[in-house]
Formats: sequence, C-alpha cells, structure tokens
Amino acid sequence: MCQVGEDYAEPPPRESLPAPRLGCGQKCVKCKQGEPVVVIRAGDAFCRDCFKAFYIHKFRAMLGKNRLIFPGEKVLLAWSGGPSSSSMVWQVLEGLSQHSAKRLRFVPGVIYVDEGAACGRSLEDRAKTLAEVKQVLHTVGFPWHVVSLEEVFGLPPSVLRCCPQELAGTEGAYKAAVDSFLQHQHTLQVEGAGDSYSLARGDEEQSWPQSQDPHGPPSPAASPSAAQTEALCRLFESVQTLTAKEELLQTLRSHLILHVARAHGYSKVMTGDSCTRLAIKLMTNLALGRGAFLAWDTGFSDERHGDVVVVRPMRDHTLKEVAFYNRLFAIPSVFTPAVDTKAPEKASIHRLMEAFILQLQAQFPSTVSTVYRTSEKLVKAPREDCAGEPEGPRCLLCLCILDIDAADSATAFGAQTSTLSQMPPSALQAEAGTRTAPCCAVGRAPGCCWKACRREHDSQTQVIQQLCYSCRGNMKDLPSLDPLPPYILAEAQLRSQRYKTCLAGAQVGAPRAGSHTHFPQGPGHAGDPGLSDRGQ
Amino acid sequence: MAAPLSVEVEFGGGAELLFDGVKKHQVTLPGQEEPWDIRNLLVWIKKNLLKERPELFIQGDSVRPGILVLINDADWELLGELDYQLQDQDSVLFISTLHGG
Repeated sequence: MCQVGEDYAEPPPRESLPAPRLGCGQKCVKCKQGEPVVVIRAGDAFCRDCFKAFYIHKFRAMLGKNRLIFPGEKVLLAWSGGPSSSSMVWQVLEGLSQHSAKRLRFVPGVIYVDEGAACGRSLEDRAKTLAEVKQVLHTVGFPWHVVSLEEVFGLPPSVLRCCPQELAGTEGAYKAAVDSFLQHQHTLQVEGAGDSYSLARGDEEQSWPQSQDPHGPPSPAASPSAAQTEALCRLFESVQTLTAKEELLQTLRSHLILHVARAHGYSKVMTGDSCTRLAIKLMTNLALGRGAFLAWDTGFSDERHGDVVVVRPMRDHTLKEVAFYNRLFAIPSVFTPAVDTKAPEKASIHRLMEAFILQLQAQFPSTVSTVYRTSEKLVKAPREDCAGEPEGPRCLLCLCILDIDAADSATAFGAQTSTLSQMPPSALQAEAGTRTAPCCAVGRAPGCCWKACRREHDSQTQVIQQLCYSCRGNMKDLPSLDPLPPYILAEAQLRSQRYKTCLAGAQVGAPRAGSHTHFPQGPGHAGDPGLSDRGQ
Repeated sequence: MAAPLSVEVEFGGGAELLFDGVKKHQVTLPGQEEPWDIRNLLVWIKKNLLKERPELFIQGDSVRPGILVLINDADWELLGELDYQLQDQDSVLFISTLHGG
C-alpha cells in the first residue's frame, strides 16, 4: 500500500478499484423499496428514511452501550458550530423530546467557545458569528454558555488538578439508577406534577439567568477585555509552527470547557468528534508522540480530569454520514474559520495526516473504519508502578500520567543545562525576554543579570519538566513561555515547590519506589552549581 | 452537440470560502460538442468560478477527497460520479467535510 515513490496526487483509474460501481436502478438495501439517496460504507445504498433510522440508532446505541450517562445527570454539550457537534446537539434535542420510555434522560447544557482571537479574526466578524450562534442556541432551547477563549487568562490553577471520583459505573448501579428514575417519574405523573424533564429544565433555567438572558446583567458572555484579546493574539503569534498552534488551541479550549463544566456542576462533557476525525486524530497523535494516551484521546470516555468525564457519542458516525444527515434534515450549523483554514497540505502534522487518511479512504473505503475498530480495542491499562504505588504525577498541560522516566528526565535536563551554559550570551538574553543588561555579555560571570536570566530560564525548565513527551515537543515551538496564561505558570511553580518540600521532608532511608523524579533540583537555584542532592 | 444548460451549483461546509463566500451560483453552461458531465463541470468551475487555491477543491480530474458531491440531493456515487450526464435545472452541491467538528 505505502510504497516509496508511489504518487498519491492522482487517484488510480476507476477500473482498478475492487468495489463495484452502483447502477441507477438500485433500491435501498434495508427496506428494498425506497429510492436510495446515500451510499454508506462500501456499496450500501440507503433511502432517506432508513438512513435517518440508521443514523439515530447509531447515536442511541453508542450511549446505551456504554452506560456512562446516568439519568438526571447534567451533561455539557461542547458545540463548535461545525457539522458534527451541531448534529450531536440536534440528536440530543430530538432524543430528549420523545415521549417514550426509550428517550434520553440526562439534563443538557450547551457551551460555545469563541476562538476568533486565536485565528486572527476581526471583532466585527466575531460579533457576526456570535449573533448567528445565539440564534441557533435560542432555537435549541437548552441552557447555554458562550465563552471566549480569552477567558483562559482568568482561569485558576485548580483547573490543572485532577479530582478523582468514586467509580459509579457498575452494571447493577446503572440499572438501579434507571429503575429508580423511572419510578420517580411515574410517581410524579400520577401526582399530576407533569413531565419531570420539563420540571428539571424549569429549575435549570431559573438558576442560570446570566447565560441565557441577553438583556441581563453582564455575564461571562460579555466581550473580553482588549488586553486579554491582545495577550491571546500575542501568544498564538509567538508559536512558530501550525502543529503546535493547533495543539495549544485544543489544550486551552479543553481547560476552558472543563472549568465551565466544574463551575456549573456538569459531570459529563460531550464532544462531537466523528469517526473520521478520530481516525485522523489517532494517527496524528501517534506522530506527535502521544501513543501512550491514545485510549484517552480517542476512546469513548476520557476520565483524565477525574470529576468531569468527556464522552464522544459521535465516534461511530463518519463525516460523510454527518454531512448528508445535516443536509437532508436541515440541521443548522454555523461555519467559523479555524487556525488551519486554507492552510496548504503540509502546513501541519494534522493537515498532512488528514490528507493521507482521506486520500487512502478514497481508494480503500474501509480505511477509516479499520482505524476506528483498532482504536476501539485500545484498553486503558493502569500504569504498572513497582510496589503498587498510586499513580504518578500528571502532565501539566494534558493531564495524562507522565510517561517519562527519571533516567530520561535527568539526561534531558542535563542536556538542557549543558546547552544553556554553552549558549552565546545573546541567545540567553533573547530567551530571557527584554533583558538587555551588558553584564550578560561577559559570559558566565555570576553577575546579577546572569542569575536573573538563569532564574527565568529555570522557570521555563520548571514548566518543561512537568510536561509529557508530546507537550514538551509542542512547547519547543514557543520561544518563550511568558505569553502563556498565568494559571499554567502558577501551577507549575506550585507543583515544583510542593515537590521540593517533599524532597526536603523525605527520609534519607530507602528511596520511595516508583517515585519518578521529574523535576530534579536545578544547579542554578542557589546560584551554586553542582548541588549534592541534585537528582535522586 | 449539447444545448446550453441551466444548472444550480451550491457550496457548503466551508467550500464557499474558495468562491468569495458565495454559496449558490445559478450558472448557464454554454452549448458544446460533448455532453456536459460532472467531469466537464469541474473543469468549467475551476476556470470560471474558483477564485483561489484550486488544489483545495480539485485533485486531478475529480474533487479533493473529503469533498462530497450531491446531485439533486442524492449521493453522486449512486449516479455514476464523474460520468453523470447533467440535465437542465439540475442542482449540484459540493460540501466540504474537512472543516469543523
């Protein structure tokens, strides 16, 4: 399949494809009667009604099979305006409004993140998009939250902490919860209290007047300050590659959504990642060095944050099915340009992988489903710690268990400090930001500025050392970590100090098994190189 | 000898960005020797409608992978893809699935 020198620019001539071409006289493969309108997979033609039933069934089956969403639970729908998430929101809307025992039973809210500043859009364009967005949100009718990405500059460091929860998802527990919910509903109906879903909705609507009422007091949905917008623009402009930009955008967006979910009591977040997108994401993440975290990044549920679980109910739907459904049944969506709009094919790893997978899919129609089925088989293995220690520290940005061992981290750190001492003073100056003191030019003289420069660089290494392998790679594309939102730097500082206190208080006896030392003491801290307890 | 055809060409899902943001185009294809099929239509679109970045829309003699083609609201795979012969008052819709999520 992948031969050196094979030219992917031209698709092969049609005759060489294994799939037979469909004639015009075909009927729907399901009901054998209707006129087919869409071809799913390789050669299955569906008529309009069968396609609708098939699509809805896949969505309900995905939720039902996994049994993670309990009745009455508050679920935040992450809506980007794009086709997949719009389709997901509409499926939830339709699923909740059915008057049957099989209808969906959770309590939804919708969040929209305005990322215009990161994409370099003007304020007028963003306002126009927001107006369209609010119109759609009013049609949907769920409680909504519109936030702008600039709000990451106001996030607390607690966003980066995992709050583990008791596992509630045993088979018996789910069934018991559903039964008691149904019984409760039945009692309410008997007492004439009406539909309990609408009761719940009424409560929610009362408790969130800020987000819903456009004429109310200024809510977080009010436009962000110019300083924050400028800071965000500066951050994204300082990123040197599109790959790192996309990864940073995803990270910041997920932190923001997590914060809103926690603030308003949502225990689940639903994202609209489709099958095709997840297949592309799987391959991209492999290329980025996130192989250890594939199960969390592409699986149905992602519990890395502990109290808020991210679920992906659209992961069985291909982009083609989503696009057709949205067209045939007039699902509203709002198109917004992203950071990679109109970018050429090789502009980032994400784009390259997307082009690769989609081209392969055009020639071999089972590509996406094969990658998807492989991703389904990925199991989240608990990290094998020696002596059964609880799980180790987590990456500062992506919150996955750190996959770098002590040995590697020490060598990496060693390599970094040696390059540091060999770097020309001008590079040191540039890295430290605006410092232009001449004493740095003298080299490694222990002058005031040199120490200050080193301290600044130290805080950078402090952050880098708390990152997993792929996040480190991304951060390498930022010349300075200063433009990052303050909560990241604050949390890095906190963790580092906590670790040092830990070290200071630890017994000199047997070293703790499995304690991966991810941030050994740097030599520059006391201005005194070569501390005796460096590393462990 | 094909008579001139009146066809509605529509772009969605972000593809309209390559066409000055205009989603619907009512076009009249001139009469020509060979009958109008999707293959010829794509060449015509590239020459007359496409404003920028042809490689983001067309690849070889077909559309770029990731762009869906609907003819009268039906999948073009059911109608012969590039070889479908256009008829008067047909509606051809190009949806880009590559954007958003």
